[in-house]
Amino acid sequence: MNARKHFRAEKFDFASFFFTGLTGLATLLILGILATILINIIANGVRGFSWHFVSTIPKKDFFDVNTTGVLPMIVGTTICVFVMTIFVLPVGVITAIYLTEYAANNSLVTKFIRAAVNNLAGVPSIVFGLFGLGFFINFIGKNIDAVLHNPSAVWGQPALIWASLTLAIMTMPVVIVATEESLKAIPPGLREASLALGATKLETILRVVLPQALPGIMTGGILAVSRAAGEVAPILFTGVAYYMASLPHHVTDQFMDLGYHVFVLSTQSPNIEQTRPILYATVLVLLLLTFALNLVAIVIRARVRKKLRALG
Amino acid sequence: MENHFEMGLDALRQKILLMASRAETAVNQSVQALVQRDFNLAVKVREADNVIDQFEIEIDEMAIVLLTKAPLASNLRLITVAMKVSQNLERIGDEATKIAKRARDLAQEPPVKINLDVYRMACMSLAMVKDALDSFVHRDSVAARAIIPRDKEVDALNKEMHHTLAQHMMANPDTIARCLHWIVAAKSLERIADHAKNIAEEVVFLCEAQDIRHTAGKNAGSPAA
Amino acid sequence: MPKLNVPEAKINSPGSAALIHIESLSLYYGASKALKNISLTLGEKVVTAFIGPSGCGKSTLLRCLNRMNDLIDNVRIEGSCKIGGHDIYSSDVDVIELRKRVGMVFQKSNPFPKSIYENVAYGLRLHGANNKAELDGVVEQSLRSAALWDEVKDRLHSSALGLSGGQQQRLCIARAIAIKPEIILMDEPASALDPLATARIEELILELKKDFTIVIVTHNMQQAARISDQTAFFYIGELIEFDSTAKIFTNPAKKQTEDYVTGRFG
Repeated sequence: MNARKHFRAEKFDFASFFFTGLTGLATLLILGILATILINIIANGVRGFSWHFVSTIPKKDFFDVNTTGVLPMIVGTTICVFVMTIFVLPVGVITAIYLTEYAANNSLVTKFIRAAVNNLAGVPSIVFGLFGLGFFINFIGKNIDAVLHNPSAVWGQPALIWASLTLAIMTMPVVIVATEESLKAIPPGLREASLALGATKLETILRVVLPQALPGIMTGGILAVSRAAGEVAPILFTGVAYYMASLPHHVTDQFMDLGYHVFVLSTQSPNIEQTRPILYATVLVLLLLTFALNLVAIVIRARVRKKLRALG
Repeated sequence: MENHFEMGLDALRQKILLMASRAETAVNQSVQALVQRDFNLAVKVREADNVIDQFEIEIDEMAIVLLTKAPLASNLRLITVAMKVSQNLERIGDEATKIAKRARDLAQEPPVKINLDVYRMACMSLAMVKDALDSFVHRDSVAARAIIPRDKEVDALNKEMHHTLAQHMMANPDTIARCLHWIVAAKSLERIADHAKNIAEEVVFLCEAQDIRHTAGKNAGSPAA
Repeated sequence: MPKLNVPEAKINSPGSAALIHIESLSLYYGASKALKNISLTLGEKVVTAFIGPSGCGKSTLLRCLNRMNDLIDNVRIEGSCKIGGHDIYSSDVDVIELRKRVGMVFQKSNPFPKSIYENVAYGLRLHGANNKAELDGVVEQSLRSAALWDEVKDRLHSSALGLSGGQQQRLCIARAIAIKPEIILMDEPASALDPLATARIEELILELKKDFTIVIVTHNMQQAARISDQTAFFYIGELIEFDSTAKIFTNPAKKQTEDYVTGRFG
């Protein structure tokens, strides 16, 4: 026992106490902010939240607490994000595969593409909205109309598909980076093993690399969905509508969006106090929807992972 | 799946047994030539010694290749013991050649009228060789230890024979040359017993990893306490 | 009289026909010359060990034999490497075909994150086999040849990643032999394994020698002595000595070889 005493720290270690405390406080601060937001939204949102609220298509005057509903916004946001996923995943994954598997690592082209991807991630979302308006609607959409000889604008006007594509471009870097990381994390030995068995590069990518990278790719998808579901700016000029009497049934239709609806409720309301419960409830629905979309993706990813590990 | 290294060891063991049977035959035939005054057989034994020498070289080569494979523990002892056993067998072959040489010379001269129990001595030495090899094959250290004291009996027999021959030479000076041949032959049989004892000591080392050479009977007869 | 069965007697067996002919082969990584004018002839169904200190080019040469070096940028090869009379670097050679004939086992066991069965069947499926009965047969036979069948026959459809390191490496060997190559290249196949697993791999190699030509890179001198018939010693990209394994390890002709095998440098 006496001998052990010698190894005991002689002095109290202030530095390490200080930094442990500091990092702990920072974490608590973040948790506190998050808790405040969530509690505030849930506590206030529950009052206006009801089955009627989420299942009703509202009249033009959706500021009335008793008759309003958010069904078109839920549907609109869901479809918009879903269509975006269909675009962003294949393109992002293929780009990432090109960058990691095919492109020469240090070539000028690769460096340029990587720089472009990184810059894309830093562009403000309103710029994407303007880009969508200029490129998709005014350039592509108008030209489609011209080719099809449509009497009035069908494609050359704000539409669900253009909003989705704009979001797809905005979230592209997330998918590319996530996919690239997961591709890089695959041990090179697996590729070598496949090639040494006489597989071509494409066979190796399809049979060995991609199945392995799937959970990582899905993480990219989850991040993209989370980001896109709450974005308003990119869809502002490209597809979202202030009010639609019916649900969208074509990709060229405009749609209502939860995020935009929150914006509308908080800025256009004739009576702020009266609208507040609707506003809170809508925000709650937006949060729940984002969680739900994430949850679906996470469950699918967990299944893929489990399958990869266990292999029935 | 058989173990390839074990197969190599087996081959080495078998080669030693082949060599041993050659050496035993050589001793047998040389004693036979000596006792039965068979000139032709004596010449044959001397020629056959080349084969035994060749065995020793081959066994050494095999052992060296096996040693490159980094054997350990009992495998390592087996290989080094095999080399020593083959060396002792080669010496036994040499002694047989010496006996055969004396047998050849004696066969060309009239027999000495003397009652010598060479045959018994040869039997004892040969039995020791045979038992030593058996103990090697069966890795039986108890049997090996039992062989060691028997060397003393052969030594005693040799001494006795030496004495008898010396007296005979004094009494019959005309037989001195022939009796000297007999003395050398008896000495060779005694040496064969020595080699058998050496082999037995190596077998004890192989089985117990204990070197009992040059311990002058302190614990040679029984396993260490 | 029992017939003597002496494995060593087969060393340098002149009966085996030459299968691999490497002639004045040089390999450059960019400007640096990694292999210098190597000439080497390897017989059919013998085990050849490549030994030498790290960076001596033995693995590089091994990877020349199935053109795995093609995957690296800036590699240039001079000279010729013929397998069964065909120069594998001539323009009409199909690398896929070549790799079917020349299998490879790597230092780090690298089973696919698939089932044991699918690992072995991978190469077969690649090359068009889809008949279940046929696949079952080859999978079993390959696993038996790799001395793994008895250990995995009850869990063929569970993940290969659940196997021990030694089992994984034997699975990789089974995967390689499933497509029936003529030659198996092994790049330090046992260097990451414990002595028991290593011994099993070594025994396996000696068994496989009956059907395959094996070239193995190893850092373990005793391993080379135990399993190979011929040994080639490389030093800084040069072939210093090539001879029967017994000769290399008991009486090498070159002092450098002697110094290396006795551990005085390297």
